[in-house]
Amino acid sequence: MEESSRRTFLKLAGFSALGLGAKPVLDAFASSGGVQSKPMVMKGEKALQAKRWALVIDTRKFKSEKDLEPMIEVCHKIHNVPKLENKRHEIKWLWTEEFKHIFSSQTHDFLDERVKDLPFLTLCNHCEKPACVRACPTKATFKRADGIVLMDFHRCIGCRFCMAACPYGSRSFNFRDPRPFIKETNLKFPTRMKGVVEKCNFCAERLAVGKIPACVEVSKGALAFGDLGDSKSKVRELLSSNFTIRRKPALGAGPSVFYIV
Amino acid sequence: MLEKALKGNKQYYGWIAALLVVIGVGFACYLWQFQFGLGITGMSRDVSWGFYIAQFTFLVGVAASAVMVVLPYYLHNYKAFGRITILGEFLAVASVTMCILFIFVDLGQPTRVFNVLLHPTPNSVLFWDMIVLNGYLFLNIIIGWNVLEAERNNVAPAAWLKPLIYLSIPWAVSIHTVTAFLYCGLPGRGFWLTAILAPRFLSSAFAAGPAFLILLCMLVRKLTKFDPGKEQIQSLAKVVAYAICINVFFFLCEVFVVFYSRIPEHMDHFIYLFAGLKGHSALVPWMWASMILMGISIILLVNPATRKNETTLVAACITVFIGTWIDKGLGMISGGFVPNPLHHVNEYVPTIPELAISIGVWATGFLVLTALFKIAVSIKEEVSGVS
Repeated sequence: MEESSRRTFLKLAGFSALGLGAKPVLDAFASSGGVQSKPMVMKGEKALQAKRWALVIDTRKFKSEKDLEPMIEVCHKIHNVPKLENKRHEIKWLWTEEFKHIFSSQTHDFLDERVKDLPFLTLCNHCEKPACVRACPTKATFKRADGIVLMDFHRCIGCRFCMAACPYGSRSFNFRDPRPFIKETNLKFPTRMKGVVEKCNFCAERLAVGKIPACVEVSKGALAFGDLGDSKSKVRELLSSNFTIRRKPALGAGPSVFYIV
Repeated sequence: MLEKALKGNKQYYGWIAALLVVIGVGFACYLWQFQFGLGITGMSRDVSWGFYIAQFTFLVGVAASAVMVVLPYYLHNYKAFGRITILGEFLAVASVTMCILFIFVDLGQPTRVFNVLLHPTPNSVLFWDMIVLNGYLFLNIIIGWNVLEAERNNVAPAAWLKPLIYLSIPWAVSIHTVTAFLYCGLPGRGFWLTAILAPRFLSSAFAAGPAFLILLCMLVRKLTKFDPGKEQIQSLAKVVAYAICINVFFFLCEVFVVFYSRIPEHMDHFIYLFAGLKGHSALVPWMWASMILMGISIILLVNPATRKNETTLVAACITVFIGTWIDKGLGMISGGFVPNPLHHVNEYVPTIPELAISIGVWATGFLVLTALFKIAVSIKEEVSGVS
């Protein structure tokens, strides 16, 4: 199931349901020529599409935590990410880590001064082979055809198997009702309830209406978002002209987030 | 046969009442957790599984160990175990009940639990774990109940039971193997990422389960007119002796691989558990206690004099049980989460309500165990005409 998209799944489910119950009715309509007989999930007219979305982070353009704050702030604001004081219950989609933590298997004692103290943006890697999707017992977390790994907050049973499976620590769990801890609720994006897992969604809701991810929008060009399947895309251009690294490459998960260090 | 569980002396009812009180306290705490969320536990973003999942893991082992009485009796025709197979099977039923309850209390959205059936997902090990655990529960209920009923009616067990009994043998191995696969297939968790995990789980299971069964047999002998038998207890003791030795051997194999290869992502968890990491060392005394207990139990069990002496055997069984419980029910799960994938050290300590819920689940298991053992022992007394 890992490779197939949610759309295919929904289509299949729709077809089976139609096949079982509604076929005679649909046939009747079809014969009168009134209704399209195949149900389809349509993309929005403006929706951005890709074979595989990817993010390239040019860390050379950052100096301190301050440069990264606007991105984290806008992400957490539009996605109704609560601010919990208790560190154990912390929810984060986009945050910063030092090199020795985010690239824990690639660090050493003699890093240059810039990299040693530089904060690195940390988020879900939207892996090519996501361990979280493999582990989820309900398909509440799934990979779309365009490579984005999403969460269905309404299906998640809160078993947290995905959190144990994720080798990047990208997932957060709602240990309590998050709503009282959201300063200003964005009504265009769902809030979550207690007991479900959440993480970065590559701004899937924005892509659907033709907008690039919010963090990229406010990054002043330090972040590039685009299609890995398109050789002319901005991300491919950056990848071919810069040396980039990914987190824990030895695991073979295939992150879609690249770092220019 | 259920009526047997309802007739008992004052002591029996006192014990049941005490269990119900503990269950009540646990249930009240669970309602609190249901209301507030899992935030009332000590779990965190970094240690996202804690005491509940650890108890589940340990108890899957106790459940699987029923095979250690079933296998010699049915496959090797070792008649002596015929007397106690029912006790092993009923212990398995009680243990699996606790396992399922521990998974349930660990869910963030328990009302959605049936999503696992609504959206079956064969690539998830949890899906298979659900199948093997429930299957094992039903196998043991059906087999145990029917064999006991046949014994009561003084007839041979129905022929259709045989295939189920044979099936229950590999099935017992499967429940603990699949449970180990929950952990050992995860790419970023060096502590669990080892093929020895399932064998380790099984060996500690075959030590802890039969050790507990020996203690239960002795208790049954003391409290009732049914004697599970000296030979039976001694045979079980040999099983425990082998299993605990193999368990420690497997553990040392892992220690060698981890520390000779010196790969930090595998080593750091052991360092955290046995020496402490970056000033965090809550589990260090526990882990060493576990090692010492297992060491003492090996001495007591391998030495024929202390194994044959029932007083020292009791001590050995208690040390085996506590030693393996610390190893699996305390260190195994949180040890895998510390340090986290980003190499931060955030420790886990269970909270009081979390412990109360856990003890409540244990008490529920003991209630099931008490009722089932009461039935089994009453039938045994009835058949042998001592009641």
